[in-house]
Amino acid sequence: MNDALYHDRIVALAKSRTGAGRLPAPTASARRDNPLCGDRVTMDVRLEEGRIAEIAHEVRGCALCQAAAVALRSRAQGRPADDVPVLRQEIEDVLKGTAAGEGNFAAFTPVRAYRSRHDCVLLPFEALQAALNNS
Amino acid sequence: MSVDVAAIRRQFPILNRPINGKPLHYLDNGASAQVPQAVLDAVHAYETTSRANVLRGVHALAEAATEAYENARAEVAQFLGVPAEEVMFTGGCTAAINLVAHSYGSLLRPGDEIVLSELEHHSNIVPWYQLAQRAGLRLRPLPVTDEGRIDVAGLPQVVTERTRLISLAHVSNVTGAVLDVAAVVAAARAVGARVMLDGAQRAPHGPLDLPGLGIDFYAFAGHKAYGPNGIGVLWARKELLEAMPPFMGGGSMIGNVTFEAITWAPPPRRFEAGTPPIGPAIGLGAACRWMMEQDWTALGGHEMALTQRLMDGLAETSSARLIGPAGLQGRLPVISFVLDDIHPHDVAQILDSRGVAVRAGHHCAQPLMERFDISGTTRACIAPYNDTGDIDALIDGVRETVRRFA
Repeated sequence: MNDALYHDRIVALAKSRTGAGRLPAPTASARRDNPLCGDRVTMDVRLEEGRIAEIAHEVRGCALCQAAAVALRSRAQGRPADDVPVLRQEIEDVLKGTAAGEGNFAAFTPVRAYRSRHDCVLLPFEALQAALNNS
Repeated sequence: MSVDVAAIRRQFPILNRPINGKPLHYLDNGASAQVPQAVLDAVHAYETTSRANVLRGVHALAEAATEAYENARAEVAQFLGVPAEEVMFTGGCTAAINLVAHSYGSLLRPGDEIVLSELEHHSNIVPWYQLAQRAGLRLRPLPVTDEGRIDVAGLPQVVTERTRLISLAHVSNVTGAVLDVAAVVAAARAVGARVMLDGAQRAPHGPLDLPGLGIDFYAFAGHKAYGPNGIGVLWARKELLEAMPPFMGGGSMIGNVTFEAITWAPPPRRFEAGTPPIGPAIGLGAACRWMMEQDWTALGGHEMALTQRLMDGLAETSSARLIGPAGLQGRLPVISFVLDDIHPHDVAQILDSRGVAVRAGHHCAQPLMERFDISGTTRACIAPYNDTGDIDALIDGVRETVRRFA
């Protein structure tokens, strides 16, 4: 069962650490903690005329949380900031099993069976939305 | 002396349940231990032959329920080595500590100090923090050594003439380190302070002699000590209890009630407002009886042999680092470790796929995580029913985890 959860794509996303770190001059930042497990995500975002020009993330968390931060960055960069709630809805639908998910989001399909891990995937989304709310 | 582990395992029905098609290797005992058939039988007997409310009832079932409930108190008291009238049933270990924080805490004055440590479970931090906020008290944390022990050498720096209570874990729920109780009691007595121990991780490893420890309050949880959920125990010295006001008000804890004045029942009923958790208390009594029937010299040796086997296996995994004492001296079988660059939740999830149940995360001990600059650990806690197969399955799973994320 868990072999399916930690499939190659999830592990590859997590290990890639694409976009990991901090931005030198972010438009806004936010940190979110999961008090149940101690995971912590910091998201930096740079906006250009309402579009997300750049995202960087710093994750102290599990592989699912790390993979979700990379996947979110891959889908959100270049899109209007207003699209982030749409992306959030899409990942929630993937976790519910009502959507296949586009691009890297499809990698999270197996997480559906592990309700206790859904928050690990959602934490980067919450941090990004909080950063945008701060902008 | 050898232990017939198979005979012990047969007393715990849940151990026959497969997990993900694999045998169950239950090593999450520090969170909740499993229950032996004797406990299930005791609860079942109450629910099917003598279920009624306790005290006051004059019918046969009420008499039987009251007798079973008070017998359970006597079993717990014998397990702790104390008089039954000093034993209170609570909703759990957390509830027991909160009872002391509210009741004994109400006797403290602004500026008084309470000594805790960096390795406490949140349940032995938060109630005192709340009390400190309410009453203007000061919390003084004892440091923790690199080995994960409460550093009693720090006592002279934090225990002062204003110290009223020292409340510490008897055994760390993260590192497994056993507290040097004698040093703490000596420091407390020198300034007239009381000592409370959180015994949640100690009680599952055999009977206690609380008077011999020289302490004043002791708390533990039923579900970690082979008993049901929803039940815990507070022990305190009689003279302290008699001076303490009630925490919760309600039925059973009063002497006389008028709208003008209310008097309190003597302990322990003063601290057991409302209908208590009768079935769980009877189950905990049976759990204490079960523990008292075991040979803990042999079981202790068995548990620590498994601890050594686990530590040896981790030592062969280059990326593993123990968080806690490296030897067997002054520790119990609560074993925490971290793997380089692999989050504890990922370790625990892969272990689960192999039927191995462990706990991962901060273990409600965030100050200790800060102390070691880690986000969490993977923790295995060994009980008498664990065997070498459980340890080997854990080590195999750790090696697979390292390979998966390498």
